Amino acid sequence: MYEFDFIRPETISDAVTVLQDDEDAQALGGGQTLIPVLKQRLAQPSKLVSLAQINGMTGIKSVDGALVIGGASTHAAVAMGAGGYPALAALAGHIGDPAVRNRGTLGGSLANNDPAACYPAAVLASGATVVTNAREIAADAYFDGLFGTTLEDGEIITAVRFPVPEAANYQKFVQPASRFALVGVYVAKFADGVRVAVTGAGDDGVFRWSEAEEALTKEFRPDAIMGLSINPMNMIEDLHGTRAYRAHLVGVLTKRAVAAALG
Amino acid sequence: MPKDQDTKDSGIGAASKRREDIRFLTGTGNYTDDINVNGQAYVHFLRSDVAHGRLKSVDTSVAKEMPGVVRIFTSADLEGVGGIPTGWQITDRFGEVMQEPAHPVLATEKVRHVGDPIAAIVAETPEQARNAAEAITLDIEELPAVIDMKAALNDGATKVHDDLTSNLCFDWGFVEDNREAVDQAIKDAAHVTTLELVNNRLVANPMEPRVAIGDFNRATGDSTLYTTSQNPHVIRLLMGAFVLGIPEHKLRVVAPDVGGGFGSKIYHYAEEAFCTFAAKALNRAVKWTSSRSEAFMSDAQGRDHVTKIELALDGDNNFTAIRTETYSNMGAYLSTFAPAIPTWLHGTLMAGNYKTPLIYVNVKAVFTNTVAVDAYRGAGRPEATYQLERVIDKAARELGLDPIALRRQNFVTEFPYATPVAVEYDTGDYGATMDKLIEIADLAGFDARRAASAEAGKLRGLGVNCYIEACGIAPSNLVGQLGARAGLYDSATVRVNATGGLTVMTGAHSHGQGHETSFPQVIAEMIGIPEDMVEIVHGDTANTPMGMGTYGSRSLAVAGSAMVRATEKIISKAKKIAAHLMEAADADIELKDGQFSVAGTDTSVAWGDVTLAAYVPHNYPLEEIEPGLEETAFYDPANFTYPAGAYACEVEVDPETGKVTIERFSAADDFGNVINPMIVDGQVHGGIGQGIGQALMENCVYDDTGQLLSASFMDYAMPRADDLPFYAVDHSCQTPCTHNPLGVKGCGEAGAIGSPPAVVNAVVDALQSAGKDVTHIDMPLSPARVWAAMQG
Repeated sequence: MYEFDFIRPETISDAVTVLQDDEDAQALGGGQTLIPVLKQRLAQPSKLVSLAQINGMTGIKSVDGALVIGGASTHAAVAMGAGGYPALAALAGHIGDPAVRNRGTLGGSLANNDPAACYPAAVLASGATVVTNAREIAADAYFDGLFGTTLEDGEIITAVRFPVPEAANYQKFVQPASRFALVGVYVAKFADGVRVAVTGAGDDGVFRWSEAEEALTKEFRPDAIMGLSINPMNMIEDLHGTRAYRAHLVGVLTKRAVAAALG
Repeated sequence: MPKDQDTKDSGIGAASKRREDIRFLTGTGNYTDDINVNGQAYVHFLRSDVAHGRLKSVDTSVAKEMPGVVRIFTSADLEGVGGIPTGWQITDRFGEVMQEPAHPVLATEKVRHVGDPIAAIVAETPEQARNAAEAITLDIEELPAVIDMKAALNDGATKVHDDLTSNLCFDWGFVEDNREAVDQAIKDAAHVTTLELVNNRLVANPMEPRVAIGDFNRATGDSTLYTTSQNPHVIRLLMGAFVLGIPEHKLRVVAPDVGGGFGSKIYHYAEEAFCTFAAKALNRAVKWTSSRSEAFMSDAQGRDHVTKIELALDGDNNFTAIRTETYSNMGAYLSTFAPAIPTWLHGTLMAGNYKTPLIYVNVKAVFTNTVAVDAYRGAGRPEATYQLERVIDKAARELGLDPIALRRQNFVTEFPYATPVAVEYDTGDYGATMDKLIEIADLAGFDARRAASAEAGKLRGLGVNCYIEACGIAPSNLVGQLGARAGLYDSATVRVNATGGLTVMTGAHSHGQGHETSFPQVIAEMIGIPEDMVEIVHGDTANTPMGMGTYGSRSLAVAGSAMVRATEKIISKAKKIAAHLMEAADADIELKDGQFSVAGTDTSVAWGDVTLAAYVPHNYPLEEIEPGLEETAFYDPANFTYPAGAYACEVEVDPETGKVTIERFSAADDFGNVINPMIVDGQVHGGIGQGIGQALMENCVYDDTGQLLSASFMDYAMPRADDLPFYAVDHSCQTPCTHNPLGVKGCGEAGAIGSPPAVVNAVVDALQSAGKDVTHIDMPLSPARVWAAMQG
């Protein structure tokens, strides 16, 4: 990797100051994507601003029926501590491997928005709110295409507020090499409707499958989506699966997620 | 516990714990990258990022002034350095020798694959070397990439090597004299089953990437290369004689602990030659440590065959002929043993376990703009086994026959058996391993398991196959006739120390095989002493006799046999010393449990008394024998060995996603005599893991511009523990090899050879059970491929 300065601020404002003063500075969450990118010399930040030492960026608490999770919480911490939202805890417990789960963070994953990552599906299907140092962003307004978000330069995810659904489940079908989601479907049933989010499949990143949401809102059972299908044209195609295969898996996994959510 | 493991706790047949594991598992091994030479510099290779292009210029003017740069080398700076040699010359079916292109250490006029090294930057630190590499300006005129093997042979195709007549390395026919008879037999057959298939290209991916450190002593003029090699003597000979012109006595090659090879560390690589050359040029040690990314684009890869096979049967379902046509990818250059793999290690195994009277194998070896392909665990035999066992399964399905019964009917049952493809099986019992397989795989319970899977919405399939392979490579006079440019004996020096312990120096090299444990078991058995009195030394040309190293499941059969011969000489001499000490005749001395005794008396002396007398010869027959107790033996085998067995795989296929899971995997092997059953189990487990990896997951893919799409573990799927089942393995069927002193055959590759067809046969069976008209799916059987096949 290229040389950089390593900075470990203890407050959010110090971190924001560094990031805003130097456009080549880069925030470091868990580093599970960024560090390999640096090792490959695909990025050359002037400074890495670690978010790991910042007070108040970790921890999980229940506020008004929602689960508020600190942005620097590791996947392992969420897997252990998000018992109030079992589907989310299960998702966190199956990201990567133990080494990844003990380094990678919720905020880091969301800021990176890898099109095959798990968390974006949970955030979008849960209708969660991304809380930053500057504002609150609704999930529907947060994700912006492959590796894109509506975060401003220097904006840091301090927490994510997840409404806890009546029932939810995440089904991940892994890409055999990376074990990211080849397709992942997160289904969340709330009193006022069902939300379905799909990761790994869409050529514009995580997306909501609105036809399935409508059908499942009317009737929350697996075969409610029979006859529905995703247009393969908007799917990713690569070594590991064609567009048609991914579109097919979206249907299969949605059905399975509903079945699992029903227990 | 394996069935053949008795209560013996030492010597031949004991499941002695691997002594080397203590250092491997506690981080106290000494791998090449752990070695650092005082004052060493670091080299970074600037590699081509295009698959094929004319190298117009390499501008190092900025880079050479960068901080820390010691010197930048391009091909022009390698005066006197020869090309990387090839160890085997094939003669084609018209009697012409193969086309053999030059393989420069650094690219000269052209780059020929992504990863082809162009410049070598030596600097004070690895990062400085890499910084400077980025400052080098290349002018490469891109040329069309030659990727598809059949297209590469079209008239007018772009040539990988301009000075060759085409991209065809050779067109090999075997046995050429049988060609017409085979054609006629196929015309006359009652039934012919045809199958076209791909044996997918694999990346070896040993846990430890390659490392090379060149060192030079200007006072003595001696060069040393520390390298991750399976065969340091071979590297010393090839690099010294053909590339750098250094005689063996001035060149030492050290291969210390090596973290897996699987074939990819047999070959002599350009980076080794460069580091050795540069150390002398700079009078300073030069170290290179491959990144995993570099390993993907510079380690020799495996397999990559495209084959059409036809199996002819008569009206009674006897096999009457086999005809194959294979395109074998050589990559851009010929790696050390590349030409031998699709020919002599593939064609000679095409008879399998069956008495097919007529066989013709045609192999067209093709140059492409890809990384070189060479031996990978199994090396030719997996390719032969896969096509044969797949076509037999297809034939059974077409004819409505039980695939096991069809195999049994055609088994070779009388030994020795001379195949129509030039080899003679010395011994075997294929019916016995099949019977054992049926037992350990509980084939009787399959229907009930299939019903249970169906209840859960899954399709269960059963795949069974046999395999035979040739190990213990090889009789030197035979391979010499076949084009090998080396002998293939091995060696051992057994040094008995004064107080009775033994140090064994061997030409074999252990990089996961457990020689440090299993070799002492043999000597402990022969002398009757504890195993821990014997230590194995390997991996350093300075203190081991010339040997050809470890690959092809040869070490115990060849180097182990040399060790037995040397130990026999030791025992013979020790008996003379014992006879002198006990004032008896040599012929009356017996050795048992570490005691020499005079037959028919209670007079005895201990092993340690004799060894001490050999080195403190106060009371010693100095006029008859020399003092000391050290012997060397070289062993050149009389034939290959022929391990064989039967494998069964049960899979479940998820009909909604195409996902295949291995539910059961059973292996009944005949390895002849077994020295350490636990190590044999481990070798079989590892081999099956790699075979399942090939069958379900691994695939090295280039796009049509020659870019490697599967260039990291993000896209190249390695099998992990949770992809694999618990295995049922058995090696109690033992027909000892008839021509080596241990009766051993070799077990290192069997698992990788026998398992892919079992997996694919099982998946086809599962899909057929659901009424799908699927007769074949090419490996890897990824969920996407299986699902696509099910859609018809």
